[in-house]
Amino acid sequence: MTDQPELTPDGSAEVIETDYQVGQDNIQAKIGPFGLDIHNPVFMISGLVIVGFVFFTLALPDVAGSIFGWLRPAVTSTFDWFFLGAADIFVVVALGIMISPLGKVRLGGTDAKPEYSYLGWFSMLFAAGMGIGLMFFGVSEPISHFSSSVAEGAGSPDSWAPLAGAAGNETEARRLGMAATIFHWGLHPWAIYAIVALSLALFAFNKGLPLSVRSIFYPIFGDRVWGWTGHVIDTLAVFATLFGLATSLGFGAEQANAGLEFLFGLPVTDTSKVLLITGITAVALISVVAGLDAGVKRLSEINMVLAALLLLFVIIAGPTIVILTGFIANLGAYVEYLPALSNPIGRDDANFSQGWTSFYWAWWISWSPFVGMFIARVSRGRTVREFIFCVLLIPSVVSVLWMTSFGGTAISLVQDGLAAITDAPLELKLFTMLNELPLAGITSFIGIVLVIVFFVTSSDSGSLVIDTITAGGKVDAPTPQRVFWCIFEGLVAIALLLGGGLGALQAAAVSTGLPFTVVLLLGCWALVKALMAEPRAK
Amino acid sequence: MYKKIMVPVDLAHIEKLEKALETAADLSKHYDIPVCYVGVTSSAPGQVAHTPKEFASKLKDFAAEQEKKYGLTSVDSKSYTSHDPSIDLDETLIDATGDTGSDLVVMASHVPGLPEHIFASNAGEVAMHAKVSVFVIR
Repeated sequence: MTDQPELTPDGSAEVIETDYQVGQDNIQAKIGPFGLDIHNPVFMISGLVIVGFVFFTLALPDVAGSIFGWLRPAVTSTFDWFFLGAADIFVVVALGIMISPLGKVRLGGTDAKPEYSYLGWFSMLFAAGMGIGLMFFGVSEPISHFSSSVAEGAGSPDSWAPLAGAAGNETEARRLGMAATIFHWGLHPWAIYAIVALSLALFAFNKGLPLSVRSIFYPIFGDRVWGWTGHVIDTLAVFATLFGLATSLGFGAEQANAGLEFLFGLPVTDTSKVLLITGITAVALISVVAGLDAGVKRLSEINMVLAALLLLFVIIAGPTIVILTGFIANLGAYVEYLPALSNPIGRDDANFSQGWTSFYWAWWISWSPFVGMFIARVSRGRTVREFIFCVLLIPSVVSVLWMTSFGGTAISLVQDGLAAITDAPLELKLFTMLNELPLAGITSFIGIVLVIVFFVTSSDSGSLVIDTITAGGKVDAPTPQRVFWCIFEGLVAIALLLGGGLGALQAAAVSTGLPFTVVLLLGCWALVKALMAEPRAK
Repeated sequence: MYKKIMVPVDLAHIEKLEKALETAADLSKHYDIPVCYVGVTSSAPGQVAHTPKEFASKLKDFAAEQEKKYGLTSVDSKSYTSHDPSIDLDETLIDATGDTGSDLVVMASHVPGLPEHIFASNAGEVAMHAKVSVFVIR
């Protein structure tokens, strides 16, 4: 409490007093020549279970395929109301905190100073949060929703159109398609990240608890979070992160391979994909060893500049007026359709609400420990209001602009009769669209670079996060541990890519979203309670 | 011959620093120069302290203990916050030599082995890049 001034962060904050010492359950072992500093149960259990999972999937691919082939749709279809409802709650809680007096609380204590500039901070938010997704879905998702909405029979039970669709009405289908896309990339995903990140930052920087997912639950479980309750929560976070990253790495390699074939004729073979994963992991390793500032931060800033250039290019080279007016129109369509799209019960568009929305929410939630922890680490010194404004509202607006530019351009091209984009496979839609604009060689190359560097930053920041969780919240554990996790991610991705278990892995990642949603709902309560105890900035 | 000694300390592993601390104290008395104990922490809670402020205050206490233990005449302490201490430690320490005005670093290290071919030891890295004299204690 405040009678121990040396315990408090900068200025005043309501520190939680606990006898737990960061690293008290760690073992400091030497494996071969390398010194380790790891949290005993969490490191061992997560490592062994992941290895076991990979062996199971490779040894019994049919059994694994049928189990996970059933599991993923079962989770997202049975619990669609739960995912949709929970995500709505996260948005309301995040916005509520922002506009309430709780927004005045400063992360790190009333006098804390921000550690990163806005540019560095934003770049890292996007690099970790959704950079890669924006590259792949910026063109393909608006096209999908537009096509399914305008199609004959949109709104029927077999249709994949959002809501009732807009059969035959191109203008309305365009609005609906953009609204549905923005819905998946706007307030909801960022609210999920914001809640997790804000909780982690608050409990670490203001309350003095270790930077680990379990700390969020201190107000609920008390000192039990240092025991098995906490071990389970942290292990779950490691699974979600590693499964999510390895899946992305595996699918990403397939997509990057397709892009490179399209551009340079690199054959699509297992060898190319394994080389791509190895290459991405190798660059990630260099970045990991270079540290947060020289590695992931610098790469994120480079990517941010490249992405901004590509966005600007599409706005200028594409249908500029359509994009600029579309920005306002799409924002309007988003607001208009938001209540119907986010409604968790009584939906008539099961394919869309379960197959798209519920799947997306489970996916964002399974990524949230990773992204949230990374965002938390770089957000000390910001006020809660500034934090939510910058992690929730600004990224949502950027998503609207991005989707409007890439998706809007693509839809315009499709409306002008260019069927190539609709026909192209998912991973090539972006390149097919860029091909229609000038300087396609250069822009497609930038696109490939962006995709690969976003993978590097994900792999790098993911290793950092897994290492911190498996070191019991220590951010200064020996570097070889990070190297281990980075290589481990690459190996899991390669093993499952060759053995054909990437779908199973993705199912596993998405499935961790379900228990994590429960965890996060409890976390919302803990967050509000903890914020209320904090002194507010003047 | 020297003006000030800088001694990097890892408050989590003081037992491993005994020899370096004693050497630093002897040198300080021999040349009659002050010692500055330097620590690096992250802003996230760690093993030693919950906050950078608590870390600084523990480091100050540590310096006072050393002063008493070895009968030193002038000690000082300075803590630095790093975004990523596992990686940026060496660089932070090298910058600290200039910042604290030290011209001799007395630093503990372990016996080099295989990993040093991949990751240089902290003392090795500081000795390689610092502009001042570095006394590595093994």
